[in-house]
Formats: sequence, C-alpha cells, structure tokens
Amino acid sequence: MTDSTADLFRRQLSKRILLLDGGMGTMIQGYNLTEEDYRGERFKDWPSDLKGNNDLLSLTQPHIIKAIHEAFLEAGSDVLETNTFNANRISMADYDMQSLSYELNVESARIARAAADEFTQKTPDKPRFVAGALGPTNRTASISPDVNDPGKRNVNFEQLVEAYAEATKGLIEGGVDLLLIETIFDTLNAKAAIFAVEQVFEELDTRLPVMISGTITDASGRTLSGQTAEAFYNSMRHAQPITFGLNCALGPDLLRQYVQDISNISESYVSAYPNAGLPNEFGEYDLTPEEMAQQIGEWAEAGLVNLVGGCCGSTPEHIKAIGEKVARCAPRPLVKQEVKLRLSGLEPFVH
Amino acid sequence: MVNASSSFINIGERTNVTGSAKFKRLILEEDYETALDVARQQVENGAQVIDINMDEAMLDSEAAMTRFMNLIASEPDIARVPIMIDSSKWSVIEAGLRCVQGKAIVNSISLKEGEAQFKHQAKLIRRYGAAAVVMAFDETGQADTEDRKFEICQRSYRILVDELGFPPEDIIFDPNIFAVATGIEEHNNYAVDFIEATRRIKAHLPHAHISGGLSNISFSFRGNNPVREAMHSVFLYYAIRAGMDMAIVNAGQLAVYDDIPLELRQAVEDVILNKDDGATDRLLEIAPKYQGGKREEVKENLEWRSWPVSKRLEHALVKGITDYIEEDTEAARLEAEKPLHVIEGPLMDGMNVVGDLFGEGKMFLPQVVKSARVMKKSVAYLEPYIERGKAAGSSNGKILLATVKGDVHDIGKNIVGVVLQCNNFEIIDMGVMVPCANILQKAQEENVDMIGLSGLITPSLDEMVYVAKEMQRLGMDVPLLIGGATTSKAHTAVKIEENYEGATVYVPNASRAVGVCQKLMSPTAKIEFAQQVRDEYVVVREQHARKRPKSKPISLEAARANAAPIDWANYQPPVPKQLGVQEVEVSIETLVDYIDWTPFFMTWSLAGKYPRILEDDVVGEEAKKLFSDANAMLKSLIAQDSLHPKGVIGLFPANAQQDDIQIYSDETRKEVLATSHHLRQQSQKPKGANNCLSDFIAPVDSDKQDYIGMFAVTAGVEEDALAKAFEAEHDDYNNIMVKAVCDRLAEAFAEYLHQQVRKVFWGFAEDEGLDNEKLIREMYQGIRPAPGYAACPEHTEKQVIWDLLEAEARTGIKLTESYAMWPGASVSGWYFSHPDSRYFAVAQIQRDQLEDYAQRKGWSLQEAEKWLAPNIGF
Repeated sequence: MTDSTADLFRRQLSKRILLLDGGMGTMIQGYNLTEEDYRGERFKDWPSDLKGNNDLLSLTQPHIIKAIHEAFLEAGSDVLETNTFNANRISMADYDMQSLSYELNVESARIARAAADEFTQKTPDKPRFVAGALGPTNRTASISPDVNDPGKRNVNFEQLVEAYAEATKGLIEGGVDLLLIETIFDTLNAKAAIFAVEQVFEELDTRLPVMISGTITDASGRTLSGQTAEAFYNSMRHAQPITFGLNCALGPDLLRQYVQDISNISESYVSAYPNAGLPNEFGEYDLTPEEMAQQIGEWAEAGLVNLVGGCCGSTPEHIKAIGEKVARCAPRPLVKQEVKLRLSGLEPFVH
Repeated sequence: MVNASSSFINIGERTNVTGSAKFKRLILEEDYETALDVARQQVENGAQVIDINMDEAMLDSEAAMTRFMNLIASEPDIARVPIMIDSSKWSVIEAGLRCVQGKAIVNSISLKEGEAQFKHQAKLIRRYGAAAVVMAFDETGQADTEDRKFEICQRSYRILVDELGFPPEDIIFDPNIFAVATGIEEHNNYAVDFIEATRRIKAHLPHAHISGGLSNISFSFRGNNPVREAMHSVFLYYAIRAGMDMAIVNAGQLAVYDDIPLELRQAVEDVILNKDDGATDRLLEIAPKYQGGKREEVKENLEWRSWPVSKRLEHALVKGITDYIEEDTEAARLEAEKPLHVIEGPLMDGMNVVGDLFGEGKMFLPQVVKSARVMKKSVAYLEPYIERGKAAGSSNGKILLATVKGDVHDIGKNIVGVVLQCNNFEIIDMGVMVPCANILQKAQEENVDMIGLSGLITPSLDEMVYVAKEMQRLGMDVPLLIGGATTSKAHTAVKIEENYEGATVYVPNASRAVGVCQKLMSPTAKIEFAQQVRDEYVVVREQHARKRPKSKPISLEAARANAAPIDWANYQPPVPKQLGVQEVEVSIETLVDYIDWTPFFMTWSLAGKYPRILEDDVVGEEAKKLFSDANAMLKSLIAQDSLHPKGVIGLFPANAQQDDIQIYSDETRKEVLATSHHLRQQSQKPKGANNCLSDFIAPVDSDKQDYIGMFAVTAGVEEDALAKAFEAEHDDYNNIMVKAVCDRLAEAFAEYLHQQVRKVFWGFAEDEGLDNEKLIREMYQGIRPAPGYAACPEHTEKQVIWDLLEAEARTGIKLTESYAMWPGASVSGWYFSHPDSRYFAVAQIQRDQLEDYAQRKGWSLQEAEKWLAPNIGF
C-alpha cells in the first residue's frame, strides 16, 4: 500500500458514506458445503473434521470466496473484508491448522485484492479497498475459562501478539489496503492486536490505516469483557484508528444508541455494521434488506456514520439497500475532542 | 477536603506492598481474596484510580502482578476504575500492562538510566496504550530544586512529544515530594520547590499533568497522624492551586482543611510554605498536643427522626422504611382533625413524591413497591379510627384488575396494582382465574372507571376477546386495559379492539399504566387519547394485514417431506437407566445454585443481565438490594420449612408415527399408553428443515427402540398461601417477592431435574460437567420443550403428561380449564434426548394441518380452531 492509497481512502471517507460488505459466514452457509467441499483435494486426509472452517475455503474453494466478494462489490461495497475472521494460529488450533495461518491470510488477501481490483478497473471513480480482517480469536485474555479460578487464563498477551503478528504479515503480503481489528469482545485481545500490528509496521517499515470495531454483546451496553463503549474507546484510542466503530451481536435497532455514543466521542471516522437483527428461534436473521436499510439510513441522516455495512445475516441485497439509503446523506465530519487524559477501567475516566 | 477540587484525582495507595504492611502480608501469604477486599474498599472509599505495587524482595513480583491483575479483571466493582501499574522494575510493569484491558497509567519511567532506555520504554508504553508517570530524575540524580525539577521535566517532555509523538495529555510528571521539617535546613524549601515547579510545568508544558506521593512530605512526623494529616491537607491546598492534578493518597486519611485547628494549621502552613527559619521548631513544639486526637465514628443517620411528622412520613414513604410507621402514623393522627386527613394529607403527599420520582426515572419499581408497603401499613393502622362509609376519600379513579379465567399468573398484575395505588388510584383486585361474568358484574356493582385484564398463557388471549365482546353486548363503555406477557399491541388491535366500542388500550408495563390511566380519567384528555389509540390501532391493523409472511406457506405434505433429517439407521437411541414414573423431591438449598436470576430482575422492571446488573450505574444499587431481599426470602423459606418443591418425571418407550409420538407401556411396545400430538412448521425453509418434535424420536418403522421423557415440577403448593399471608399484612412487596422467588425456584427445579435426567435417570450424559451459566445457555444434549410454548404450542397436550405422570396426585399441580398450571410457579414439559433435537417455533400453520390435527385429536374443526388460534396462518 502506498501513501496515496491511504490518502485516497481518507479522501473518500470525507466525501461520502462508504459501504462495507456483509456477512461472509452467512453467504458461505448459502452454499450448503459438505465436509468434502471444505477438505478439497489438498486436505482430503486431514485427521480432524474441517466442515465449518470457513477461512480454509480460501485455499480449497477460492472461487466461492471470490464469488461472494464479487456479489458484494456488485451490490456496491467500497470496502471488502478478507475471509480471515479466524485465520490465526489460536483459532486454527481447533483444526490443528496452526501452521496454515500465514498462508490463509496471504491467500485470502489475494482473493479479495483481485476481486476489488477488477471492479476498480471497471469503475475507476469508485475505488474499492481491501480490509484485512483480524478477528477476536476464540479465546479471551481478560476472562477466566474456569469459574472456580477467576485468575486463570487460557491465552495470554504474548501468545495473542505472536498470532496477530503472523496474521498481519500475511495480510500485508497478500496486498491489503487496510487492517480491520473487528468483533472485539475482549479489549485486551484487541490491545494485543494493536501491539502486534505496530510491531509489524516497525519491522517492515510500512504503515497501513488501522480500523477498529468493537462488539457490544447485549442490552447492558458493554463488551463481553465488561467495558462501556466510551471505556472501550479510551482503551483503543492509541491505535490512532482511521475508523472506529461497532459491529455484530445486535441488530441496528439495539445498536443505535451505542453508535451514537461512539459518534459523540470519536476523533476517528465512525463505522458500524450490525447484524441483520437478532437471531430467531432457528438461529436465522430476519431483518429484511428494506428494514435494515431503513434503520441504517436513519443513522446516516442523523450524521452518525462514515462507513456502514452488515455483519451476521446480511446479504448483498442488504448491502445494496443500505447503499441506496445512505448515498444521498452527508458523511459525519471529523470531530476534534478537547485534549484530556482519557483513562478507563470498565468505565471511562476523563481528566 | 481535597475533593473540594473536583478536578483532583485520588489515587488509592493501599494496594502497594511497599506502603502497606497489611497488603504486603496478604500477598506474601497468597491470601489474594483478602487482598482484593483491600482494593475494593479503596474504590468504595472514593479512589478514582488504584495504584498497584508488588516490589518486594521476597516476592516473584512479575507473577504476583500478573495474578493480582487477572483477579481484579474478574471483579467489576474494582475493575471499573483505571489502574496505575507501579514498579521500579520494567519487567514488572510490562507484566501488568499485559493483563489490563482498560487504559492504565505506568508509574514510572525517567531519564535515570539515560535517553535510550527512556525512549524504548516510552515507545512500548505507547504501543500498550497506557499513560505514564515521568519522574523528575535524570542521569545525575533526582531533582530537588525548583529549577532542576522543571528542567528535567521539560527535557523529558520534548523527547516524548517531539521525538516520539507521545500524546502530551498522557504524560503525568512527578516532580518529587520530599520530607520537610527534618531539622536539616536544605530540606525546608522542598514543598515550595515542588509547588513552584508544578506551576512552571503547567504554564510551559501544555496538557501535561502533575502527580506525587503525598505521604513523603510529613515523613518526619511519623507516629503523629493528626499532624501528618494536617500537613497533607495544607500541602495539597497549595499544590492543587498551583496545578497539581492527582496524588497517591489514602483518601480516608486526609484532614478537612477548614477543620484543622487554627493554631495547628498556621504552624503547618509556615512549614509547608517555608515562611521563616523558626517554622519547624514551632510545629515540633505544638505537635504533641494534637497527637491523641480521635475521629468521631459515623453513626446511622437518624437525623430525619427529628423532622416534623409530615416530613417523616414522606421520608419513610420515599425510602420505604416501615420501622417507625405506626409511631409516626399515630403522631400524625393526633395532630389531624380527622384520621382520614392523614391519608388525604401527608400520606398522599408522600406518595405523590414517590409517583413523581418514579415517573422521572429516579426511583425504580422495587422501591415503589416498598413505598406502597409503608403506605398500606399506615392506612391499616388508621382504619379502625375511620368511621365506616367515610373511608372513601377522593381517589384518582377506581380500577378493577383481574387475571382472566383459566389463567393463574398474577405477578405483573399485582405490580400494576401497586404502582397505580401509589398514584392514588383505587384498585379492586379480583385475583386470578376470574370468570368473565364475575368481572363484569363486579365492575357494574362498583361502578368502576376501567377494567384491566391480565394473562400469561395463550388461551387467555381468547378469553380477553370474549370479555371484550361481552362488554359490548352489555352496552358498557368503561375503558378496557389489556396487559400480561402473552398480550401485545398487535393482538389488542387486531383481535380485541374491534370487538368493543369503548376505549381499548394495550399497556406494555407497569410504569406505562399510570400515564394511561391518568389520561383515561381526565375528562379533557380522555377523548383525545382514546382517539389517538384508535387511530394507532387502525395503522397496526393495516400493517398486520399487509404483512406478508417472511416465507411462503407450503402444504403439510411438502413440510413432512422436509422433516428434520436424522439418520436413524446409524444412530442408537440411549436406553434410560430407569423406566417409569418417579417422584423427585429436592431441597431449596440445592435449587438455589440452579437459579437463573436475570428474569427475576426483569419481573421487577430492572433491565440487565445478572450478575452484571448488580454493578449497573443506574439500577445497580436497587438491584443489589432486591437481590439481597430475594436471598433473605430464600433463607426464611428454608429456615421455616414453609415451601416444599415437588416434582415428578417419567421415561417411557416411544416411537414416532408421522407427527404423533406413540408412548408405550413397556419395552414390548405393544400397548400404546398415550399418543402425544405435535405440529409441524409449515413455511418454506430454503435452508433448514420443517421441524416437528416427533422428528426427534425414532419412527415406528425404523426398528430403533427410542424413548421419551416428561416432567412436572412446582416450587411448592404453599406458594399462594405464603403470598396471601403477606397480602394480609399489607405487604405487597413480599407478596410479589415470594411469587417471583417461587417462579425462579420452579425454573431452577426444571433445570436441575433435566440435568439429573441426563446424568442419572436416563443417563446419556453421565460425564456432563456444566456450570449454571452453561446450563442457562442450554449447552447440553437434548431439549425439554413445554406444551404451550413455541415448539409445541397447543396447551391441551399437557393432559397427556398429567395422565401418564399422575402429576396432580403426586405433586399437587392442577390444570385449569385453559391448561394453566396451578400453582403459578410450576413448569412441565417433554424430554428429548437426540443430539440434534432443538428448539424451534411452529409458528403459522395452514388449513390442511389444522384439519389433520383435528382428526388426529378427535376434535371438531371448531375445537381445533379454538386451541390453535394463535398459530392459524390463514
């Protein structure tokens, strides 16, 4: 990524509300893939079950991943997320695939890169960007796995830094424009991600814009690890993110107040990509494209956001409908906050 | 007092092994639990940041820091504040930084070891995302004079801000507080040096902050705490004015500046400000006089007992205190011309205050219910003095409340009654299972202003429709209010409102009830409000009519063809360890561990997930009180042996016959004891199956021997009597509380029993080791769907369970005509063991399934329509 791509992204964000893509997992589900599909030729003798390892599809079914990216680009997405939500050695341990983490990131980035470039070529006035997704991993550094020993941890900061650094290098190697630390339910995991990203930047003598997206897990208004939206912001502010926002867990109706909270305090551009409602009794997401677009459209009208999209349950139809709603709204202007010491525990403390 | 300056930060110092002998002992003995209490107390006492230091030669400081920080992360009442990670060893600081999700402060770094190390550490702190205390210390030593202090801080600032891009607002300088009045002349100006350096830093190094370790200043007066505290206060008084923002202090050990005896304050000021050479001697001379000074103990604040009686009553009402209510009511009665005036005067005034506070969101439901208890006790005391017939004071309106025929649930209705009474409405509560005719007869006799109907189970919806039709037929025109868990605005608009010309209003919760009732009582607002509701319901009906189902309906035949795909050929259903029916008794103590508390708080209109709700900013305090009252109720139920949970389970051979399940008397599977009928999802499912519960039982033609289980549990048949006893004592709070607790116990019993079934009776998951959180999240094999809920919505199927289990005889739980269970705190359901069995909602069914179901049940179509009304999608 050259400086000009970062600048281009910044300019685009200041000009209009940009569109992210939707739920990769949701789209993959639609293909009803079998264990054999997941394995492909290369892993047909792999000792553990592989069905559900969506990140692996970048190696075994790259055309499907590319087709999903294309569907979102077709729907108007400006920013694609790489298929790397779990492509780190901590999550990959579930499949004994730690050693593939780097390769998964490189290949996923390449697939998204190729799809984005094809569309940018077609419509050069609408440049498409690739955000390398760094997911939360399947372990938490702040929460004990054992109710009888609250001081216990099944992952520590150093292990997270190592895993994130490897993933970050893979994503950069594969050609991403941006890095997106997302679905953050434990801030300490994300702090390790930032630490790793900064370490890699120094090592490779480069710098990509970093995007941060946290997850408010329920109506209590806190992350899983217990922080309020503002406390979370204070914890992550040192990343100097280009966008800061929230995704997943809630539908747009429940998420709105926290997007508002973030919009009130953020010195970065504000992003939000909720789920298509809450899962129903069948674990499916019910919110129609029109309903979701209506609600996210209102955020745009209220001047809360710069980058919107969908998370679980959202399809290209959702993205298209959202895009149509937000197209005529002005982006949220950047806000300067008073210079203060902004600390946090589970709650913010500003001095 | 230091807090007088709101911009000053108190940093707690007790969790520091170098400063607190007690904390050091606790850490060395690895008594981390008590060590956490020390941290908790500091936060409770007002520390806004807590300093944690593990620098002790006998300790593995890195391990102790990691352990303590991880433990703090699990304590929301400590972890809510930021942490200051304090160590002279960089490795210990890094260990701390790796455990903290919040934005912390590092204490400290400095130029002591040279620029290279300083920069390296600052860069890492930035990467970890922390702020930093920077000591006024350089390669040549610690700064003592004003000039040296400022110069080192300025040099540090330039490196950090200009070279490293460190945010200036994240820099906190510590320009070194040293002891004064040591007898060494050079030390006399140390306080002034600090204060003046602070002033310069603030003026020249924008956004940087100033901190310091306060206790150093008074080091030479060790053993004389009153003098030390006076020195701290006076020092802070001047340092804060110069720009000091924070200090590591023991917040409990600071004198209030204005409370320091004048003589002492004068002497201390002369020392701090280094007024003249004799200052130290003067302080030394008077110091012994103040040595023994003791502080007053804080007592329970009973100041309100000295207020006038009307204010006392108001206070008791707002705070929900019943301790003095009879005494105060008697005093008010003696003062009043007539006893009735006490009710109409101070009591109503007090309740108006409560009503207003509740309306403004400054009081929460449990507090309001406690207020009502105070009110009722006071009124009960006055009643004998009030002449018959004259008690009818001027109320805001008379409202009849009833849970409709066939339904026994009344917690919500009782809460609505209490809240309305608090707002001066007269409530006629007819209780539960009230037939329509009785409701309407009473309403006419009492000439009520409105009728409120409540219900929790789906058949109650039809009963409400019936009541509305009857009101219309009888030519009534009083407003009809609809509430209860199963009701909704859509149902009220679509099914009820059109049947009755009087105002018909859906009331979603207790706090809404007051506004609705007030509007309906106002001659002016009523017409407008009624019209507004009517218009709104027209829109709701239109939306409802327009609403196309999310997916298309399909034929029953097609739905059956898309049943849940279970590969029976390759599956062996687990054989129960014990077949047949068994009664199960369990102690309340055992059940307590299985309680899911979150719904309990919802009952009381406190929103939030347990246990986090106890720490919630808004409702946390009330939630804690409520939780403690609930536990007290549990304890008393145990101690008095007044409630006896009873349950019964049965496990039988069974096989599926299409959408029915045949339950057999024994393994020969020849005699069908009973048939349980189920409904199938009938909307198009592009991805999943069209589920029916029978899909999870091996079909008759599969040649597999499968089984089904069933259960019924109650918290205890004593529930109603217990609640009534509180009612008789005018104690609405405990009336609602005991029911809410019973409700939780019944659910806990169902959870417990299901676990016993999986691990013991059926025994297909003997090794399951799930904690309560995981149980609540249903992370186990199998399901226990309840008739009347989403997966098997037809209530009459409970009768099958009752017959097979002889549930009434064995547990005392009765079924009403609408198949509600009495007592209200009861749960029943089926057990399915298949790993793929899952909860789902039958949702809308079509005419072909209705006909099929009627035929299977031996019902007329009309009967089937009645019981399946909520699911009819055509």
